[in-house]
Amino acid sequence: MADIASTDAPAAGLSVREIDDGTERLHRILMIGIAVALVIAPFVTYPVFVMKVMCFALFALAFNLLLGFGGLLSFGQAAYFGMASYVCAYAAKFWGLSPELAILSGTAVATLIGLVFGALAIRRQGIYFAMITLALAQMAFFFSLQTPGFTGGEDGIQAVPRGRLFGLIDIADDRALYWLVAAIFMGGLLLIYRIIHSPFGQVCTAIRDNEPRAISLGYRTNRYKLVVFVLSAALAGLAGATKAIVFQLASLTDVHWSMSGEVVLMTLVGGLGTIFGPIAGALVIVSMQNFLASLGSWVLVVQGVIFVVCVLTFREGIVGIIAKWSKRPL
Amino acid sequence: MEADTVLAVTGLTKAFGGFTAVNGVDLAVRRGSIHALIGPNGAGKTTCFNLLTKFLTPTKGSIVYNGRDITRDRPAEIARQGLVRSFQISAVFPQLSVKTNVRIALQRKRGDSFDFWRSEDVLKPLDEEALRLVEAVGLSAFAELPAAELSYGRKRALEIATTLALDPEMLLLDEPMAGMGREDVERIEALIRKVSHNRTILMVEHNLSVVASLSDRITVLARGQVLAEGDYATVSKDPRVIEAYIGSGVGHAH
Ligand SMILES: Nc1ncnc2c1ncn2[C@@H]1O[C@H](COP(=O)(O)OP(=O)(O)OP(=O)(O)O)[C@@H](O)[C@H]1O
Ligand SMILES: [Mg+2]
Repeated sequence: MADIASTDAPAAGLSVREIDDGTERLHRILMIGIAVALVIAPFVTYPVFVMKVMCFALFALAFNLLLGFGGLLSFGQAAYFGMASYVCAYAAKFWGLSPELAILSGTAVATLIGLVFGALAIRRQGIYFAMITLALAQMAFFFSLQTPGFTGGEDGIQAVPRGRLFGLIDIADDRALYWLVAAIFMGGLLLIYRIIHSPFGQVCTAIRDNEPRAISLGYRTNRYKLVVFVLSAALAGLAGATKAIVFQLASLTDVHWSMSGEVVLMTLVGGLGTIFGPIAGALVIVSMQNFLASLGSWVLVVQGVIFVVCVLTFREGIVGIIAKWSKRPL
Repeated sequence: MEADTVLAVTGLTKAFGGFTAVNGVDLAVRRGSIHALIGPNGAGKTTCFNLLTKFLTPTKGSIVYNGRDITRDRPAEIARQGLVRSFQISAVFPQLSVKTNVRIALQRKRGDSFDFWRSEDVLKPLDEEALRLVEAVGLSAFAELPAAELSYGRKRALEIATTLALDPEMLLLDEPMAGMGREDVERIEALIRKVSHNRTILMVEHNLSVVASLSDRITVLARGQVLAEGDYATVSKDPRVIEAYIGSGVGHAH
C-alpha cells in the first residue's frame, strides 16, 4: 500500500471538487462575456464579418462536439454544412419560405443526411471511419455538381432573399439580420454546452475514453456514436443554412472537401476538446482570410503553414494552451 | 444441464489463424459459487473470457447463460443480461473522475442515456451510491481525481467498483489482484467474498493463495484445454497440473 500511496496525493480530492464548482462559474461568466461582446460588436466592426465568424464558429463547435467529445474524426462535415446551405437558399428563393423556415428546412435535411451517412460510417473505426465520411461527402459534392437545376451548378444559388422573419420583421438590413444570427449562434453554443454536460455527454466521454469498457458495462456504443454524429450534422447544417441567408448565396464551395478541412483547421487552431476553442479558431481563421484576401490563393498556402505550425508546436490550440496554463478546463 | 448451473459452456474453441488458443473447453459454473480459472501464462484464460463476453466470436462451441443460448449475442447485450466482466489490463475511463467512473455504470439503471437535453444534475442522486462503492474499494480519498492519475493497483480497485456498480448476477474477473500491494489484495479478497453472497463469480487469478481461500471450484487450463477440475485440494495434487505448471516454469504471480 505504502508503495502506491506515494504516487498520488491523498488530499487532492477536496481541491478538485472546489475547482469544479469554480469552473462552472467561470464558464457561465465566459458565456455572458461572449454575449456582451456580440451585443457590442456590430457597433465597432462590420456586422457581416461578425456574422461570418459566428457561422463558422458554430460549424467548428459542431465538429468539436463530434471529435473532441465523441472521439469521431469526420473528414466530411462539408456535406451537412453545404447541403443545408443549398436547401435553405432554394427554399427561400424558389418556395418563398420565410428565413426561419428556410433555415429549419436546411437543418432538417442536414440532420437526415447525417442520419444516413452516420449509419453507414459508424460501424467502422478510426481512419476507416474518417475515409467513409470523406467518400460520402464527395458523393454529396458530385451530386451538387450534377444537379444544376437544384444547386445552380458552378454559379450556385445567388441573390437569395433574406425575407421577413416570421413573415413580419424585415431582415434585409445587415444590422437587423445580425440579431437573428447572434441568437442562433448563442442558442447553438448553449445547446452544445448542455449536450456535453448531459447524461448523454457523460456516456459519450466514457466511450471516447475507453469504448470496450463502455460496451462491457452494457452500453450499445454505436447508438451513442450515431446520436452524437447526427447532432453534429444538424448543428453543422444550422451553421450552413444561416450562412446562406447571411451571404444570400449557396455555392459549391460550401460542399467542397476543402470546407471540411477548414473546419478541422479552425477547431485545431482554437483547441480541440475545449469548449470555447472552436470560437477562437473560427475568429482567427476568418480574420486571416479577410485580411489576406488580396493575396488570392496564397491564403491557402498561409493556412497550410498555420496548420503545420499548429500541429508541430502547439497541439492544444489557443484555448487549450490558456486552459493548461490556468489549469482550468475551458 | 443441472438446474443450478448458471453458465454452461460446451466445446468452446477459438482459432487465431492456425493457432488454437482455446480448444474444446467444457465448463459448468454453479450458481452462487466462486469458480476459479487458472493455468500458466498463455493457457487461454483471457481468450475464454473474451469468448464468454463475446468480445471475440467463438470458432466453435456454445455458451448457455441462465438457460439461454448467448453464443450469438453482442457484447453489450451480454452485459445487459447480468454477465459483466472486468479486464486484465486495467480498464477505466482515464479522463473521468473516480466517482464519475463508477457513476457511468450506475447510470445504466436509468436505461439508455440518450437525453442530451438534460443537465447532468439529474445524475446527482447516484453520487451517494457511487461514493459508497468507491469507499468499499478503499478509494474515498481519490473520489474526485481523474482516474488517469491513479496508480495501477488503484485502477484495478476502481475497475472492480465500477463492475460491482452494475450489480451483476455473474461477475467475470480477469486477474483482479494483479499489481496490487498485499494490503489491497486483502481488501479486495474480502470484498469479493462479501459480494459473492448473492452472485456467481468466475475469476482468473495467478495468486494461488487467493484462489485457494476464495474458490469453491477450480478449473485448470493449459494450452487451451481443460487439464483438471475440482476443489483446490484435488487440483493441487493432480500430477498433470503440477507438470503443466513446472513445464511452463511459472507457479504463481509474476
Ligand atoms: N487476438 C489474438 N490473436 C492471436 N493470438 C492470440 C490473440 N489473443 C491471444 N492470443 C494467443 O492465445 C494464447 C492465449 O492467450 P490468453 O491471453 O488467453 O492467455 P492467458 O491464459 O490469459 O495468459 P496470461 O496468464 O498471460 O494472461 C496466447 O498464446 C496468445 O498469444
Ligand atoms: Mg490473461
